[in-house]
Amino acid sequence: MTTTPTTGYATAEGSPASGPADAVPPMTADHRLSMDELAAVIARDIPAGAFVNLGIGQPTKIADHLPADSGVVLHTENGMLNMGPKAEGDAVDPDLTNAGKVPVTELPGAAYFHHADSFAMMRGGHLDVCVLGAYQVAFDGDLANWHTGEPDAIPAVGGAMDLAIGAKDVYVMMTLFTRSGEPKLVPRCSYPLTGVGCVSRVYTDCGVFDVGPDGVRIRQTYGVSADELAERLGITLP
Amino acid sequence: MSRAEILRSADEAVAGIEDGSTVLVGGFGLAGMPFDLIDALIRQGAKDLTIVSNNAGNGDVGLAALLAAGRVRKVLCSFPRQVDSWVFDDLYRAGKVELEVVPQGNLAERMRAAGAGIGAFYCPTAVGTPLAEGKEEREIDGRKYLLEYPIKGDYALISAHRADTMGNLVYRKTARNFGPVMATAATTTIVQVDQVVEAGQLDPEAVATPSIYVDRIVQVEARHYTVQGAR
Repeated sequence: MTTTPTTGYATAEGSPASGPADAVPPMTADHRLSMDELAAVIARDIPAGAFVNLGIGQPTKIADHLPADSGVVLHTENGMLNMGPKAEGDAVDPDLTNAGKVPVTELPGAAYFHHADSFAMMRGGHLDVCVLGAYQVAFDGDLANWHTGEPDAIPAVGGAMDLAIGAKDVYVMMTLFTRSGEPKLVPRCSYPLTGVGCVSRVYTDCGVFDVGPDGVRIRQTYGVSADELAERLGITLP
Repeated sequence: MSRAEILRSADEAVAGIEDGSTVLVGGFGLAGMPFDLIDALIRQGAKDLTIVSNNAGNGDVGLAALLAAGRVRKVLCSFPRQVDSWVFDDLYRAGKVELEVVPQGNLAERMRAAGAGIGAFYCPTAVGTPLAEGKEEREIDGRKYLLEYPIKGDYALISAHRADTMGNLVYRKTARNFGPVMATAATTTIVQVDQVVEAGQLDPEAVATPSIYVDRIVQVEARHYTVQGAR
């Protein structure tokens, strides 16, 4: 089978189309996952009752897949715990937004606090899980997700560096390959770093990986064999 | 300064802000942005300002309007580049404004340190990244940290929900964001509120900024910003 992962979320050639957004994917899929399916996979791995920060962009989809009885408490770094879903219509309140500045709602048991407290609870190791997007992740857990390194780009870091070193477990959610087919899980990041050795797990449309001081390990593959993934990424299988 | 002054207009509230001042400006995007105070500062005319804020202006209002008026020499912020930050983007690319990018948590903590009398602190954020350049690194109990210095303001311009006549403040929801920290970190803290109530009308248990940090208060009309869509 040829894998030409140039379009990000597309299913692999010859494999069945991905299901609807709310479908629960099998633990081992025979096709590359859509970002919604991947969000469901990550949601299932988040422990019940965990305090979780979901980064701006794709990771916010994970909230839609958390079971109602999960007891997961969402943190938003602009100063809130137990954030609810996106606000619609009359529920929109300009004073209540998430870190992406999108209007959201509050759930019973919510709490508000100022920025220094919000980042103190993050930096202080009180958050259980943070899920971030990334440009690149290195086999040893280095993260690059704030700057493309282009000389004319206006630098903007926001809370990315604080989040990267804050939570007990930092997961990354991303496509495994760029649109031009370059791996984003790499021996060493070429983009400017956000954090050093901070990522423990990488969830992608093609598979799930553990990363860290012991190097990279393939946990799961979607629509591609472990041998083929290892070859494309330059991973030595045990 | 002793008790907070209650002023009749935003123009009175920002009187005396000198050219070259460092001004801490509250708000995260548009939530908590002290629009009336910024508009008054534009009318007041102070220039060559250093602005400390999370963002560098959205759309054409608030900080963006202050930037467009050419009053800002330097911006310290965590996230200048946004879909609607065209005013800052153009000034920056034209070399008309300096930028110091500070991770969001460090921005808050450096102001907290200024307000709390902390001379400097070691923080793990940004170790091993380009933003660590020029900073002292130190290993403590096996973890690496960077030495970070306080950010102190000459003035803070913030927005709160209610003040009492003592100067105690309560906020609304995530519009609280940088307000309580900035109020501690400036020599003169100026607050716009939706409503001023008599002392005793605020629940003392709910006060987020005690009156000792507040110098000037002005009640303004309901805020006139619109909500952005998804960015």
